[in-house]
Amino acid sequence: MAGNTADKIQGGVLGWVDARFPLSQLWNEHLAQYYAPKNFNFWYYFGSLALLVLVIQIVTGIFLTMFFKPDAELAFASVEYIMRDVEWGWLIRYMHSTGASFFFVVVYLHMFRALLYGSYKKPRELIWIFGVLIYIVLMAEAFAGYLLPWGQMSYWGAQVIVNLFATIPYIGPELVTWIRGDFLLSDATLTRFFALHVIALPLVLLLLIVAHIIALHEVGSNNPDGVEIKANKDENGIPRDGIRFHPYYTVKDLVGVGVFLIAFFAVVFFAPEMGGLFLKPANMIPADPLVTPDLIPPVWYFTSFYSILRAVPDPFLGVVAMGAAVVVLFFVPWLDGNPVKSIRYRSFAHKLNLAVLVVTFVTLGYLGLQQVTTLYGELTLRFGVMYFLFFWLLWFHSRERSAVFSLVSFALLVGIYTFYDFTRFDPANAQLLMSAWLLPTAYLFVTMVVPVFARNLGRDRPVPERVTA
Amino acid sequence: MKPPLIAILALALLALGPVSLQAAGPSVPLDRVKVDLTNQASLQRGAQLYFNYCMGCHSTQYMRYNRVGRDLGLTENQVIHSMIFTTDEDGELVNPGSLITNAMTPAYGEEAFGIEPPDLTLVARVRGEDWLYTFLRGFYLDESRPLGVNNTVFENVGMPHPLWELQGWQEKRADANGGVRLQVVEPGSMSGPEYDRAIRDLVTFLSYVAEPMQVDRQRIGIYVMLFLLIFLVVAYLLKKEYWKDVH
Repeated sequence: MAGNTADKIQGGVLGWVDARFPLSQLWNEHLAQYYAPKNFNFWYYFGSLALLVLVIQIVTGIFLTMFFKPDAELAFASVEYIMRDVEWGWLIRYMHSTGASFFFVVVYLHMFRALLYGSYKKPRELIWIFGVLIYIVLMAEAFAGYLLPWGQMSYWGAQVIVNLFATIPYIGPELVTWIRGDFLLSDATLTRFFALHVIALPLVLLLLIVAHIIALHEVGSNNPDGVEIKANKDENGIPRDGIRFHPYYTVKDLVGVGVFLIAFFAVVFFAPEMGGLFLKPANMIPADPLVTPDLIPPVWYFTSFYSILRAVPDPFLGVVAMGAAVVVLFFVPWLDGNPVKSIRYRSFAHKLNLAVLVVTFVTLGYLGLQQVTTLYGELTLRFGVMYFLFFWLLWFHSRERSAVFSLVSFALLVGIYTFYDFTRFDPANAQLLMSAWLLPTAYLFVTMVVPVFARNLGRDRPVPERVTA
Repeated sequence: MKPPLIAILALALLALGPVSLQAAGPSVPLDRVKVDLTNQASLQRGAQLYFNYCMGCHSTQYMRYNRVGRDLGLTENQVIHSMIFTTDEDGELVNPGSLITNAMTPAYGEEAFGIEPPDLTLVARVRGEDWLYTFLRGFYLDESRPLGVNNTVFENVGMPHPLWELQGWQEKRADANGGVRLQVVEPGSMSGPEYDRAIRDLVTFLSYVAEPMQVDRQRIGIYVMLFLLIFLVVAYLLKKEYWKDVH
């Protein structure tokens, strides 16, 4: 009988709340009666993990804010104060610095999942757009946060990035002064970056994440087969291949959380600097406007785009190329017009295209951390071109192309960069230039020309009616 | 291929001030050193060297005297008597809870050595342990330098050889393979191996000061890993149980 009374009271309280606020409705719509495809695989952990990292960053960030001093004279020392004198301060700080890198690891894998299974395609274009916006705000958030410890890398990294705006014709120099709030990177910059990092950008981030999830729950989740589960419902209107998000995916995601936290805390406790990738040794020196470090690479999660910036000799065009490398993501839902969503049923040519993208992005990321040499400069240029060619091929593989169109567009694309190679030809580096020329050419040849002669390599496969196990 | 803009910017800033503080990456191979932060005797010997030879010029401004004492197993009396040599404005001995900021003023340092002696709290994280170990063993006589010494790892360093009484004086000689080696020409109070051990102790201490919670961090990390493994097993079993009815 005691149980009954308890139920009644709880029901009563819930009923009281429900009459005033749609608590049960929200719970049901987004968790208990949100039907997700039952065939999610490994790649589907990263959405919930991104939320977990967000929570880690916000909670640790709140505690850091209690002790951090946003003042050019005090900031560096206040971080060391947190590391030494604040109870568990080192743990909170390492969780926050490691969390920043893990946020990008998780988000990159989450974005790649969308590319694998065509999760950006109709009717999920807006989810993708919100996602790209989240990614851009996250980059701004990470960039602003990186300045705060006021070490040498904080200072000079921000210096390089802020000065990119100076390349904009006419308004550039004034714009940079306006961003810095001073004629050089100074206390004024630190305080405004602090405001952006702890209030403005997190607020925008949260709103975008809410929009991302609302849009997702409106149209429903995609899955590794790219089959619309809502197209096949039972007599109660429930998708036959759907299962309730709660409890099925909440307990499944708990396993993901376990694996993730092991990796995360292994870094926090045993390698917080991650060999200089997450925390750079040079950032242990307080910022000094008079001493330029020899090498100023951005943090690893920016280096792919930084490479594209460096690949272009003209500074302003370099900035445009770097911006384009991010902005092009917005157009992905319309570039890829192929009705087959999942990579499982896409052609060999498309699979190869995605595989090359991974190699390209990782290589660009590696090159962005290195000092520019002739070899690395040449490779950066070639892989930069290949990054953009990925998006061309995404469009190209929207349907089976005729032999004529394939061959002509192949010749045209190769012609364009070969012409550019002639304008910069230097006999001293002829061999390097010509062997590097093979990289994008082989890439285009296999993905565009080979399918003309081996038709089955360019052909998509039939998509099943129902999801596979 | 670097955009000229960044090169120009860097050049402009190079022109603004002295740049030799952060010498480029080591061009000489570094000697490897293995430090053991759980070895309290080694830490104490390192601290002894540090407080006797280093902190007159270099500050350790993010660290407190009594934190060093506590972590190295010293009593408050030992801290006061063997680590604190300076007084505050009122002529009182500096409080053991103070930050170790007793070094010479930057202006004095700049006048004496042409460069302000850097703070050493984080030097082990900036340079690395191997670099410090090689640097502190790499001083040699060089007439061309104002203080008569140079260093193999940090060329034209502004610092004199503070440990010459212990190591003695070295000279740079060509070795059989066309490289260079250092040879003691005027012995100090320690033999070669003794001096190497002393420097290892000193580097151990510097590594500790740079990140005093290192040992704690790794110890706690193991418990966290064990907990998370158990959590993972439970989560996996829970998932399996719930998913029994999904076909």
